Amino acid sequence: MGIFSGLFGVGGGIVLVPLLVLWIGFDERRAAATSLLAIVIAAGAGAATQLAYGNVDLVAALTVGIPAVGGVLIGTWLQQRIPVATVQLLFSGLLVIVAAMVVLQ
Amino acid sequence: MIALAIIIGVGAGVLSGLFGVGGGILLVPALALILGLDQIDAEATSLLAIIPVAAVGAWRQRSYGNLDVRAGLTIGAFAAVAAVVGVALVNVLPIELVRYAFAALMLYVAWRMAASAIKQIRAEPDPTAADSK
Repeated sequence: MGIFSGLFGVGGGIVLVPLLVLWIGFDERRAAATSLLAIVIAAGAGAATQLAYGNVDLVAALTVGIPAVGGVLIGTWLQQRIPVATVQLLFSGLLVIVAAMVVLQ
Repeated sequence: MIALAIIIGVGAGVLSGLFGVGGGILLVPALALILGLDQIDAEATSLLAIIPVAAVGAWRQRSYGNLDVRAGLTIGAFAAVAAVVGVALVNVLPIELVRYAFAALMLYVAWRMAASAIKQIRAEPDPTAADSK
């Protein structure tokens, strides 16, 4: 997953969640939870490297990051209330959008 | 412009919590197109912004009883190493080829995920389905 993070700047979760679901047999909730913790570590390592290169804009990070923390509370809350198979189906839609974005970017 | 960036930030967070992704797919374009960062700075800044988002998401998931801490830490450590390899690879591989290969992989995985989800829905109704509506 990290390989794709490095290549496209997309979080590895987009690769990791399907790996956990299809290979390990996690349901969507466990896969999402595990993926989020893995992302903390991977993004932490990546951000530390990028900070050293001076590529990080702290004000911009706060501008999108603080609202996103609010969003993630909504998202995790919502996820517990949607059937796991439905979340998984929606996730495959997200994958199609990501594929299109990667090609069109 | 700031308001739009904030709205997209919330959207990225919802996506992150709902699907267990970082949200970079929304954050990077928001940082680049709305806040005017160049592509490399946008990706770097997105990584920093994702840390508290994923941390709060993981913490909430732990309260909901969904988090496998050991698996998350192990996979995260491997992913951190792979990210370093990825940054090195991006400089040597033909990027067009990699983009199309990645997109094709994503479409294949989308199909597998959808097929597996539909199979679950048909096989046994989700026990939580009743309280979803």
